[in-house]
Order: sequence, then structure tokens, then C-alpha cells
Amino acid sequence: MKVGLFIPCYINQLYPQVAIASLELLEKLGVDVYYPQGQTCCGQPLGNSGYEDDSKGICQLFVEHFKTFDYIVGPSGSCIYHVKHHFDILEQTPEVQKVRNNAYELCEFIVKILGKTDLGASFPYKVGLHKSCHGLRGLKLGSCSEVQGEHYSTEEDLLNKVSGLQLMSLNRKDECCGFGGTFAVFEEAISSKMGKDRVQDHLDSEVEVLTGADHSCLMHLEGIVNRNKQPLKVMHIAEILNSTL
Amino acid sequence: MSHATKATAFNKDEAKVNWHDKALWYVREKRDKSAHKVQGWEHLRQLGSSIKANVLSNLDDYLIQFEANAKKNGIHVHWASNAEEHNTIVNAILEKHNAKKVVKSKSMLTEECHLNPFLEAKGIEVIDTDLGERIVQLAEEPPSHIVLPAIHKTKEEVDVLFQKHLGTKPSQRNPEYLVSEARKHLRDKFIKADVAITGVNFAVADTGGVIVCTNEGNADMGVHLAKAHIACMGIEKIIPQEKHLGVFLRLLARSATGQPITTYSSHFNKPENGKEMHIVIVDNGRTEQLSRPDFRASLHCIRCGACMNTCPIYRRSGGHSYDYTIPGPIGSIFSPGKDLKKLAKNHLAM
Ligand code: SF4
Repeated sequence: MKVGLFIPCYINQLYPQVAIASLELLEKLGVDVYYPQGQTCCGQPLGNSGYEDDSKGICQLFVEHFKTFDYIVGPSGSCIYHVKHHFDILEQTPEVQKVRNNAYELCEFIVKILGKTDLGASFPYKVGLHKSCHGLRGLKLGSCSEVQGEHYSTEEDLLNKVSGLQLMSLNRKDECCGFGGTFAVFEEAISSKMGKDRVQDHLDSEVEVLTGADHSCLMHLEGIVNRNKQPLKVMHIAEILNSTL
Repeated sequence: MSHATKATAFNKDEAKVNWHDKALWYVREKRDKSAHKVQGWEHLRQLGSSIKANVLSNLDDYLIQFEANAKKNGIHVHWASNAEEHNTIVNAILEKHNAKKVVKSKSMLTEECHLNPFLEAKGIEVIDTDLGERIVQLAEEPPSHIVLPAIHKTKEEVDVLFQKHLGTKPSQRNPEYLVSEARKHLRDKFIKADVAITGVNFAVADTGGVIVCTNEGNADMGVHLAKAHIACMGIEKIIPQEKHLGVFLRLLARSATGQPITTYSSHFNKPENGKEMHIVIVDNGRTEQLSRPDFRASLHCIRCGACMNTCPIYRRSGGHSYDYTIPGPIGSIFSPGKDLKKLAKNHLAM
């Protein structure tokens, strides 16, 4: 099984530790991982701002870089969602279809494709899980609190198997963090208020480390934590799953 | 002013934002608790949506069937292609009855058509009789939520408003006092009203009757005391048969407030002896909405307000920030589709 590691542009630029943790984790799990050098962005920022047409070149480039792999795995639910669902703007060649069908968010790949939940990690902290909207409602990584039915969560399945980790229960289990890409720019007041409230829920729930599978949400929340000098550490779930503390 | 600008203004008072957010989240939690107790809830929602899809695909037939049955029951049926026609029709009925005083129970459609200012300019007194609606009417504001029109007002603000307009005493933070004073005030308006206007939650094609759901009984009170009843409905309010009400009544109140059913589900099938009943069926952009594949599903909406209560943006920006008659998530789909030019203008201003 050949896996192409997709590292979203903002992770590449701002959070290389998340990219390294993702790579190390997959290698630890015995996966044959490749990092296509020329890869860039998935096109999401353009598409979400209404410039879908102008993003076709970026999307096509993504396909060129990843078309030879059995799976494409990335540590970001929203980018993966973009590849899977919004690459419908491209001509649906067999290659485009292959890339769309085989793109996986990291946690989902580990649980669904590798069939593993216990990764041998240890992380002795109280952890709060932020469920991103794209991951939850787009990729269906977990059940939504407003929908009737069985509870499930891909990320919780993994975190619950981390030794020493205590997963804390939040008051609002799947409320949006307010980031929303360009929403944070155009609706600054609401965006920061939503983030502030989300951070407060984690603090109220005695969380020490806030985590999630979408680093863009975490970037937003970490910004608020830092600005307000709040006692909360923010880490991507890949960093926790790769940890042997 | 853009949504972002208005939202920024709303966020100046953080304590109020927190209160608004918590009040609506509380309603959302009540909805979850009560909905999830119903076995097959998601199936029920799907069923409601499917019935609406059927209605929208056969709307022409259902509307004509509805009109024929309503007429058989002695109801006058009027057709309005837009807000202006709607207002003119309502005014003509009022003139016929020489009506100077009108009571109205909650109707987002008459808000959409701006009926109140239209009638008031003609010297007619229009009193909104739903408590929340009356509060925003006294404050000279539009409703900020389709089910909880005055949710943006605290009881302290209502206290001040009532002192000014109803001559009440300071309430000492006692909401029951405020409610009982509102009740007295509204009783007087009900008794003196010439004509009652109501909205419509569901219009049954098969029977020609309409159903109005309220928690305060104000629709019944108004209709039974006045000489004539005018029910105003959008074309999408049709359901095929009375038996389908079982689906929608179970969905509506649970989704809206978590109640198993609204306190009153009033069926108006024909005029009372010696009185008149009119139904005004309004298009006002709905047919166009129906013709747009991307917007068509917005006509499935039963106006339960659940999307507002669950929306983290709405909860922190308030209904007035949207500048649409119907605010929040569904308003953001429904309203721009109705006025694409206004939307284009707003975007340029952003
Ligand atoms: S769109 Fe909103 S108001 Fe309309 S039925 Fe759905 S949740 Fe209720």
C-alpha cells in the first residue's frame, strides 16, 4: 500500500511539527509513506471565497501529485473534505475520481483503512477534543449531537486508547470554533467571540490540552489562548497519537 | 449595513451576547431532549420533507384543490402575486367591514409584506397579539426570531417598555406581573377589534381548512371575537391531506421549543355563523424560488426556528443583524434568493 502524505499549505508553513508527527505516526504504523515534493494547496480558500473557477489549476495540480497513490492522507479534515467533495469542479477523469475516492483524513485512515485504534501512545494529560464542522458534518467522523442515533467518534476511539490520557466531557460537544477560513476575516467579531466561548468551555471542563483533527480550528483557538494568556495547550491529534510521554 | 457591521455592534455588549447565546442554546437543548425521545425522529423529519417535496412538485393542483374546497366551505379565497397585492386585498376587506381596529396573531408573511405600516398609514390600528410580537411592536422593531420574536430583549428592557407604553409600574424583576399586565392590555384590544388577521401554519388541500399553531391562544381569541377573519398564507403552506398534519404537528413544536405540541393547534375550516372568513394566498417571489434548483428546498421550511437556535453565529449576532424578515440560517438562504439585487449590493458594500 503506497500512501501519499498531503500536508496542507498552512501546516507546512506554520505547524511543521504536525506534519512531522503525521509522517512519524504513519511510518510507526508500518505504512509506506511518500511526500510528493511539488504539492501545494488543495484550493479550499479560493473555492470557499467564490473563486472556484480560478482554483481549478491548483486542484488539477493536486491530482497530478497524488494520482499514483493508493491512498492520500492528510492531517486536516477540511482540506480532505475539499478534495473529496469540491473537486467535482474538475473534469471527472479516472485520475480525479481515484484521488477523490481515496483521500482520507488521518484519523479516519488509521481507524477505517488500517483498522487500528490502539497505537501504543501515551499522553498523561486531561484532553479536550474539538470536533471540526468539516470533519464531523462533512466527513462524518462522528455523530452530531442534534441527530438521533448511536454515538460514535473516530477521534474519540483513538484518544480513548492513549495510555494516561483522560478525555474530558465538554458542555457543548460539537459547537463550531468560529474560524471558517475567510469567515474569520469578514466576520471578525463573531469569529473571535465563538472562539473565545469554545476555549472557555474547555477551561470550564478542566482541559489541559485542547486537540482536534483540523489544525485550522486549532490555529484559531490557539491564537485566542495566546492572546488572552490562558492556561491551555493546543496540539494536533497527530502529535498526541505520536506521543510516548 | 453588512451583517458583519451589525454583528460587531451587537457584540459591544458581551454580557448580553452571552445571555442571548445561552437563552437560545437552552431552547436547542430542550428540542434535543424532546425530539430524541420520539422513536424514529429522523424518519419523521424525512417524511415531512418528502411530503413537502410532493407538495412543491404538484403545487398547482393542490392550490386549486385547496381553493375549491375552501370556497365550498363558504370561505372567500384571494390570490396575491406580491406583497403589494396582498396588502391591497387585506385593506379592501377591512374597508368592506369598515374596520378601524385589527388584531393580528403571529404571521411572518404579513411581516414580509410590511402589512402593519401599510394599514397604519390608512389610519387603521393593528395590534400584534402574540406577546413577543407585541413587545417588538411597542419597541418599533421587527421580530428578531421567527418563533421567539423578542428573544433579543431582556425582561428589564420589557419592563421599561411596558412602563412607557402600557403605564405599568416597575415590575421589581417580576416577569409574571409583566405578563398579567400584557394580558389585560391585550384583552381590551381583542374585545374592541373589528377584524382578526392570522397567519397559517398548514393549509389542507383536501379539506380547504387552515391550521394555526400558537401557544397563547391569541389566534382563537382574535378570530372568535371579531366580525371577520383574514388568514394570510404563502403558497408553500399546503399539505395534501389532514392526516399529514400528524407528521408536521409532531415535528413543529418539538423542533421549535421542545414542547410535544403547541398549546393550541386551531383548525379553521369555515366561517362562524354570521361572520366572514377570507384566505389570502400569496406568492411574493416563491414561484421564482421554486424554479431555482439551488433554492427550491428552502420552501420545505415549516418555520420552526430550530436552525436559529442551533446556529452559533445567529446566537452571537442576533436576528436583526441579518436585515431580513426571516433571519438566521434559513433566512440567509431564503431572503437573498428573493432579492438577488439587494444581495449583490450588500456584497459590494462589504
Ligand atoms: S429551515 Fe429552520 S425554520 Fe425552517 S424548518 Fe428548518 S430548522 Fe425550521
